[in-house]
Amino acid sequence: MPSTTGLLAKKNAQSPVRGSSLMLRDRGKRIKRHWQLYLLVLLPIAYLVIFKYIPMYGAQIAFRDFSPVRGITGSDWAGMKHFTTFFQSPNFWMLIKNTLVISIYSLIIGFPAPILLALALNEVRSMRFKRTVQMVTFAPYFISTIVMVSMIILFLSPRLGFVDHLLNAFGMESVNFMGIPHYFSSIFVWSNVWQGIGYGAVIYLAALSGINVDLYEAAKVDGASRLRKVWHIDIPGIMPAATVLLILNVGQIMNVGFEKIYLMQNPLNTSTSEVISTYVYKIGLLGANFSFSAAVDLFNSVINLILLIGVNYAARRISESSLW
Amino acid sequence: MTRTNAIRESFGDKIFLTLVYVFLAAVLLVVIYPLLYILSSSFSSPQAVISGKVWLLPVDFSLAGYRAIFSNPQIMTGYGNSLFYTVFGVLINVSLTVMMAYPLSRSTFYGRGVLMGLLVVTMMFSGGLIPYYLTVKNLHLLDTRWAMLLPSAMAVWQVIIARTFFQSSIPKELGEAAELDGCSDLGFLWRVVLPLSKPILAVLVLMYAVSQWNAYFEALIFLKSQNLFPLQIILRNILILNSIDSSMMVDANKMAAMQGLRDLLKFSLIVVATVPVLAIYPFVQKYFVQGIMIGSLKG
Repeated sequence: MPSTTGLLAKKNAQSPVRGSSLMLRDRGKRIKRHWQLYLLVLLPIAYLVIFKYIPMYGAQIAFRDFSPVRGITGSDWAGMKHFTTFFQSPNFWMLIKNTLVISIYSLIIGFPAPILLALALNEVRSMRFKRTVQMVTFAPYFISTIVMVSMIILFLSPRLGFVDHLLNAFGMESVNFMGIPHYFSSIFVWSNVWQGIGYGAVIYLAALSGINVDLYEAAKVDGASRLRKVWHIDIPGIMPAATVLLILNVGQIMNVGFEKIYLMQNPLNTSTSEVISTYVYKIGLLGANFSFSAAVDLFNSVINLILLIGVNYAARRISESSLW
Repeated sequence: MTRTNAIRESFGDKIFLTLVYVFLAAVLLVVIYPLLYILSSSFSSPQAVISGKVWLLPVDFSLAGYRAIFSNPQIMTGYGNSLFYTVFGVLINVSLTVMMAYPLSRSTFYGRGVLMGLLVVTMMFSGGLIPYYLTVKNLHLLDTRWAMLLPSAMAVWQVIIARTFFQSSIPKELGEAAELDGCSDLGFLWRVVLPLSKPILAVLVLMYAVSQWNAYFEALIFLKSQNLFPLQIILRNILILNSIDSSMMVDANKMAAMQGLRDLLKFSLIVVATVPVLAIYPFVQKYFVQGIMIGSLKG
């Protein structure tokens, strides 16, 4: 342990505010007394370094021509070559468009849906009904992506699904929903709402239960209707939570989940279902084109980071809640 | 209290409340129907399923689908593997999370700001799929059981939840008193903090168990050998890629019957794969909700 403590002590010494040598000695003593805390944290730090920071360092593969024999850091530099190839490839605009369509659609529908559910649940006086709705809507959260996609495929299949039986019952033709590119984003977004609405509502319900009861009393004295109470008390009450979640969502806008989309893809719908993450997987891991796909991935991560920082900055200026 | 409220409800409020109840009932129905449909289909006969006779309750009650599942060695191996990955994965997950979260919650721990930053950065930026894959490859973990355990050994969000809990519900005075009595930090963690933290430990176990049981991404990119596949990958092969080992259909000698069983099997498989997680949920919902709420507190 002495080397770690020494290092930390030196680091603290550089900060001018807490610079007095007496405090420094005190700090060193306290670190020594709590050495076990530093011991505990060693393994988690090793995990972070190995599985998070080394890959981050390895992202430089995007600027090199990867050769398996020479490894990431031994391969020749390629500059921006892979990025320009990507920008000029015919797939570029298709990928950007598909990614944006799916994620913005998700945001517009998926973000307000749990808020709506929470606000509605908050109006319910019967605790039993409220608990039942909450419990049932939360359940799909536990369904794995694979099972979820299997359910979608089964339900929408032109032979087996109940959607098809329903269409037939009304005398309509069977439709192969999964094979029609036009439907892809809607199927993706609405099934996400189905699966995530109950889970998403929990945070808002917590925020709603934290609202001061006096506000409702005051509103009642003023003769406010239920709708007005929702509008003037509930919605402002959940704004901080909503803002933080919105920032997180926007920061992920280019990160439409790989897992679900990849499973939902089939040869008929790729024109609207191919997004950046699935493309990276196919080109990179299946096609062994490491450097090029890493460049595509890195481009995506950087855009996300810029969006996150940008939205957070905007949120901090407009409202009081932000991530940092 | 609620009684007087009910009487004073104005006409507009009544309409509003009706709309709220209609909306919630619709949501309830939309969420519950697909689940019931799957469950009922899985207990129906293959013929009833294909011809679309199942609407709400099982038709021609049969266990053919389940019988096919439990006689399939591939599915059973997957089940065993998933259990293995879940049990050991959760063990590693929870240990690392506590090891990280506890020091981060102590004010006597210098450098926790830096460490917290180090942690949060990984939430916002990652090296991407290819460097991640190459790292695991360089560690010679590809196609081993470790590939399912180590790369996902700790989740940032869970560390933050645990840290928030330790910070808010273990009184600082308790730590100071223990220190005066000569109790070491590890001793304090083991004898005082952990016993007081049962709710958060339950939350961590549950959250990690669900994500381990449902995980398929790591298996998809890291595993090649059939005998290491978790249940989810087997599910993908059968449910989505539609490839099924025909040796399991030995007793079905007609093509049509085989097709029917194959379709029925999908429904039963969905039930079998989801029930372990869903079955514990009603008993632990309280903890789960608690966990999400702790996480939403800004730490």
